[in-house]
Parts: sequence; C-alpha cells; structure tokens
Amino acid sequence: MTPSAIDVDGVSVGFGGIEVLDSVSTTVGEGRFVGLVGPNGAGKTTLLRVLNGVLDADSGTVRIAGRRLAGLGSRAASRLVATVPQSTASTFSFDVRRIVGMGRTPHVGRFEGRTGADEQAVEHAMERAAVADLADRPVTDVSGGERQRVFLARALAQETPVLLLDEPTSDLDVNHQVRTLDIVSDLVDEGRTVVAAIHDLDLAARYCDELRLLHGGRIRAAGTPDSVLTESAVETAFDTTATVTPHPVTGTPSVTAFATTGPGSGRVHVVGGGGTATPLLHRLDAAGFDISVGAVGADDADAATARALDCDCLTVPPYAPVDAETAGDVADAVDRADAVVVADAALAPGSLPNLVAATAAEQPVVVDGRPIGERNLAGVEGREAMARLRNRGVVVDEDGVVEAVRRVVDDAGENGSGSGDGRVERRAPRLRSGDGA
Amino acid sequence: MRLSVRTGAWTGGLVGAFVAVTLASSAVGPVAIGVGSVAEIALSALPGFVTDAPASHRTIVLSVRLPRIALGAVVGFALASAGTVMQGFFRNPMADPSIVGVSAGAAAGAVAAIVIPVAIPFALPVAAFAGALCAAFGVYLLASENGRTPVETLLLAGVAVQTFLGAVVSFLLVGAGRDIREAIYWLMGHLQHSTWTEAAVAGVVVLPGFLALLVHARDLNVLLLGEEDAHALGIEVERTKRLLLAVASLLTAAAVAVAGVIGFVGLVVPHVMRLLVGPDHRILLPTSALAGASFLVATDTVARAGAAELPVGIVTAAIGAPFFLYLLRNREVHTP
Repeated sequence: MTPSAIDVDGVSVGFGGIEVLDSVSTTVGEGRFVGLVGPNGAGKTTLLRVLNGVLDADSGTVRIAGRRLAGLGSRAASRLVATVPQSTASTFSFDVRRIVGMGRTPHVGRFEGRTGADEQAVEHAMERAAVADLADRPVTDVSGGERQRVFLARALAQETPVLLLDEPTSDLDVNHQVRTLDIVSDLVDEGRTVVAAIHDLDLAARYCDELRLLHGGRIRAAGTPDSVLTESAVETAFDTTATVTPHPVTGTPSVTAFATTGPGSGRVHVVGGGGTATPLLHRLDAAGFDISVGAVGADDADAATARALDCDCLTVPPYAPVDAETAGDVADAVDRADAVVVADAALAPGSLPNLVAATAAEQPVVVDGRPIGERNLAGVEGREAMARLRNRGVVVDEDGVVEAVRRVVDDAGENGSGSGDGRVERRAPRLRSGDGA
Repeated sequence: MRLSVRTGAWTGGLVGAFVAVTLASSAVGPVAIGVGSVAEIALSALPGFVTDAPASHRTIVLSVRLPRIALGAVVGFALASAGTVMQGFFRNPMADPSIVGVSAGAAAGAVAAIVIPVAIPFALPVAAFAGALCAAFGVYLLASENGRTPVETLLLAGVAVQTFLGAVVSFLLVGAGRDIREAIYWLMGHLQHSTWTEAAVAGVVVLPGFLALLVHARDLNVLLLGEEDAHALGIEVERTKRLLLAVASLLTAAAVAVAGVIGFVGLVVPHVMRLLVGPDHRILLPTSALAGASFLVATDTVARAGAAELPVGIVTAAIGAPFFLYLLRNREVHTP
C-alpha cells in the first residue's frame, strides 16, 4: 500500500450551528488523483479549505505527509499544500510571471532576495502549465482558461507534494477543461498527490483515480469512479433520477440525470430496434416504470440496454424477421402493458409485426424523430402502419416520452376501456398531419 | 533583478524631483530669494560651508521656509505611503489613509483640545494623535470577531465611526464660540508656523513606520490576490493585516496630528504612481511616498504663494481632483 499523503480523521466543521463537515475521515495515497464530487453545498470546498489550512476544523485532525496541519504555521503548511482557487478575481494587473512568482512566497525569507532556484522554479512552472508565452502579459488581459492555468502555475511554483484544485474546470470551455485536467494528470503521473473538487461527474470519472462522494457533510462513497458513481448513490446524493452508462469513447462511467418528477408506476412496452429504444428505456426506467421491449435482434443495442436495466426483452435471432410466434408474444406484451411506446426505428418487412402489434394499443406514444420517409424500408405497409399509429396515438419528441406515458397510464387507470371522445379531445392539439406519408 | 533596477531609477528620479521642488519652494515667498542663494544657505547649515547671503535671508530660509518644507515632506510622505497600503489592504480604489477613522479621530481630539480651555503644552498635536489612534483601534476592535477581522466589516465600521466622530466634531464646533476660527483652520489642513521640532518628531514616527511597511511589500502583493490565497501562499494573514493596519494608521496619525486633515494626497498619489510603475508594492510604496512628499511641498508652495495664504488642504484637493479626473478619463485608473 502506498503511504498516505493526506490523512483526514474525524474532521467536523460548523458555520453558525450548521455542520458543513460531519466527522469526515478519509485518506489519500501518495501520487493519487482524488476527485471530490457531490451536490452544491455538500462540503467539497470546505473540505479543501480544511486541507490547505485556511479553515481550522472544529474537531478532528488533518495530516499532510504525516505532519499535523494544525500545528504548522501557514508558511510551513504552504510548503506542503498548494491550492488552485476556484474563482480568481482579476482586478489587479500584475503580469503573469509575477503572479506565478508569488508561489515562491513560502520559500523566500522576508529579508532575502530570490535565488536562481526560485527563478527556475517559476519558469519551469509556467512551462508545465503552458503559460510561458504569456509571462509578460498582465493577468487581467488573458482569457479565463489561461488565467486558470496561471494560477495552476503559481501552485506548481510552490513545489509542494500535495496540490488542491477547487472546481478547476468550472467556467471553462471543453478545450480548456481537458487541457487543464491533462496537465494535472501528468503531474499525478510524476508522483504528485492531487485532490480536486469537480462538478462534472463525467470528467471526474474520466480523470480521477478515486472519487469521494460528499453529501450533507459526509463522505457517502469512496473508491474508484466505477464503484462510487452508482445510480443509487448519485440519485441519493443529488436528489434526482439518474442513469449511469459507460461513456462510449472513454469507457468511464457517464452520468445522465433527470429531474425527479415523482415515481411512475405501470407497465410500458417499447417497440424499437437499432438502438432507438435505448434512450427511452433509460428515461422510463429512471422514472420507475416496468418495461418490456421487443421484439429486437438478440445482438441489438436495445437488447443490451434491456439486459443492463434488467427489463423484459423479446428477442429474435440476429437479422431474423419477427416470426409469427414472436409476434404473438409482442401482442401479449402490448396487451398487458398500460402504455405502448414506439421508437423511431427503421421499418423493415421483418420488423413490421412489431408495429402491427402496437396498433392494438388504445393510445400508443409515438416518438417523432427521423421522418418516416427516411427510415421506411417496408413500403406502403410500413407507411400505413405508421400513419395508423400516429392517428390513434400521441406524438411526442424524446423529452416528452415520460410525461406522455404517465398520462396514458393514468387514462388507462381512470377509463378502463374508455370513451373515445375524451381521448380525441386530449389528443387533438398533439396531432400532426401530413407526416411524410 | 529588473524590478530592483526600475525601483532604483524611479527612486533616484523622484529624489531629484524632490530636491528641485524644495529649492524652488524655498525661493518662493514674500521675500524673493534666488534659487542659487537658497542652495548656498541650505548648505551653510552644514559645517564647512559658508555663505555671504544676508542674515535675514538665512533666517527666512532656515527657520521659516525649510522647516515648513520638511514638515510638508514628512506629512506627504506619510499620507501617500499610508494611502498606498490602505488601497492594497482593502483592495478598494476608494480607500485612503483615514478610512479606518484616523482623521476623524484626530479631528475630534484636536477640536476638543482647541475648544476646551485648558493650557497644556502641545495639547493640540497630542490630543489629535491620541484621538487618531483611539479611533483606529476602536474601529479595529469593533470589526474583529474570533481573532478575525474581515476587511468589509472594517470598512463599514470605519464609515460608521467616522460619521459618529463627525457628529462629535460638529457638536464641539457649535459650542466653540471664538475658538471656531482656529478649529476650522485646523480642520482644513495647514503647514503654517511649522518648526523643525514638529518635523523631527513626525519624522521619528514616520520613517521607522515606513520601513516596517516596506519590508511587508511582498506580503501586501500577495494579499491583493485575496486573503484565502494569501494564506495558502504562506502569509499569516491576520497577523500581517494587523501590522499593516496599525503601522499605516500610526503614519496617518502622525501626519494629521501636526498638519491637520489634508485630503486627497493619500488617495491620488498612490493611484498616479500605480499608473506609472504598476501594482507591485516593492516599487509602488517607495515611489508613492517620495511623490507624496514632493506633491505636498509643491501644493503648499502654491498655497502660500498668493497674497493671502490658503490652507494647503484646499489646494491639494483643488489641484489633485481635476488631475485625477483627467487620468480617470484618459488612462484607465485601475483598482489596486
């Protein structure tokens, strides 16, 4: 096990009677990149302020490299921990080199001049943070992303084993976010220990070795991004409904949150294919519905999603048409469901039985994505099936699916086999005519 | 390296300017004395130099004009350095040396000494000095809680205490009777009837204070980035703030005690010098102090050059404010 660079033991901090940190304990190994994640007000920034000694803990101890922070003066502490602040006020017009030079403050005595080693540390820090070419510009003249790196350079000039970053990527465009975090990652590879409060969960998962999920002043989960960013942990901490999927490019956990709208209940059958049902399945699952899918090819992305979400999935062998038996199963699923959702999948003769089965639904929810003309490979039959569905049902875009399903489920509960008139009225404003048929 | 060269060059230039202003100022007055003659007389005060200038000229230069110049220089020096520190300390372009109530405290003390009929030698400057320090310390105590002194609280406490002491001064003036003339004259700021003793006493307070501020110039730079940043960079923030505030208040109190309330020097001079040399206090503080000395001597010369002598506070404001507005319009006056 690597020795711990930071050792936090039972730290509590309160402001005006409110516990902002509630006996927080954690250790950070040397050379690790640890991300602090959690909702606003969770205590991330407060924890960083305790770690750099700006704030004294009401109780508990913080050790940096084995030394108790509380016993050190701020000068000694600032040789162990450097901080890159979140918002950097820029009303003063020091040039960049001088700002970075201020990082040498803990190393230069009051009556001493700077040595060659100090100058070297400053130049080196500016190189590392890619701000060397800005050295003689006033810091008020550089962009927000560059300024962030200027303050990173200042922290590097402190030459400390531990580096703290408070929201290093907030307010930055994607390019600067990634540049900053790439630089930080390189520093970690060279053995520096980094703790960063990061708002963006996907970035945190992508760059950090470990995460600490803070919520209500406590660490709720600690460990690798995969183990910390579970749906239930994120949902509890952020008070939202969320889905966690592997990011298609980086493979690290990617969190998609939806505002909580109250639990949905009821059974929904989704007709999709080719991955078109996947986003709908995540949303419906997050909203709490029981879901069935199908029929789709066994190796279809939608089948994979259904397995991941643990919902019923009717499958046929890859590229095989939906046979009569499966079509019967789909019809049964539609029959059992309180609502049926039709994704904007490609229509092929082989998958047409799915649509035909869906037309049995009283009020299908039809997702309006790609125009029918672009995805219809099933000729007139496909067009007619689609037109029938649209006429009977509710046409929504992807964002409206959960709400539409909830309404249809409610209607089904109220009306039983229902009266057509009421439904037509409700449906009327949503109907679209023409639809490329 | 580059900074020390720049500081040296600016300091040299400003010392030269100060000598020139001093000579010119010594030559100005009801009795016209040539600049060359003034230089000779000044040098004759040193052993080994002799002058053939008339004795009356010697008396005028050595006992009337030079002490006044010396006092003006010390006061300008003190106000400009205190103003520089306060602007940096408060990170506020509106800050001036008396922002924590120093001038208001001095005014209350001085007016009380004028109005209350007790004859104690040096009662006026002593009361002003004591009033200034009491006000500053009171503001500091009012703004401190749990060993911390937030700058914003300090600023507001300063405003409140200044207002209160302003009321005290007005109350004293209402009952001042015949003394009101003297009190108002003091309040306007003046360098009349200056003596070498006053200049020396003020200098004894101001010079060590200035040196204390100068060795903290680097800390003041770091404080400009904000207190949390300064702490993270190893500055003992509260201790440093206390020291800067105490010393800057002491300098201001010394200046106000001997010269009354002279406005604008401590506000404008640091801004002008910041435009010229930049925000780094290692160069800003000494250059502001020297420029403040020259500025006050020059304005006082203008104040006494006319037929009737004006309080110098009127001239500093009348010259300083338009010049400052000119800078504000033409080149950006930055916050510290």
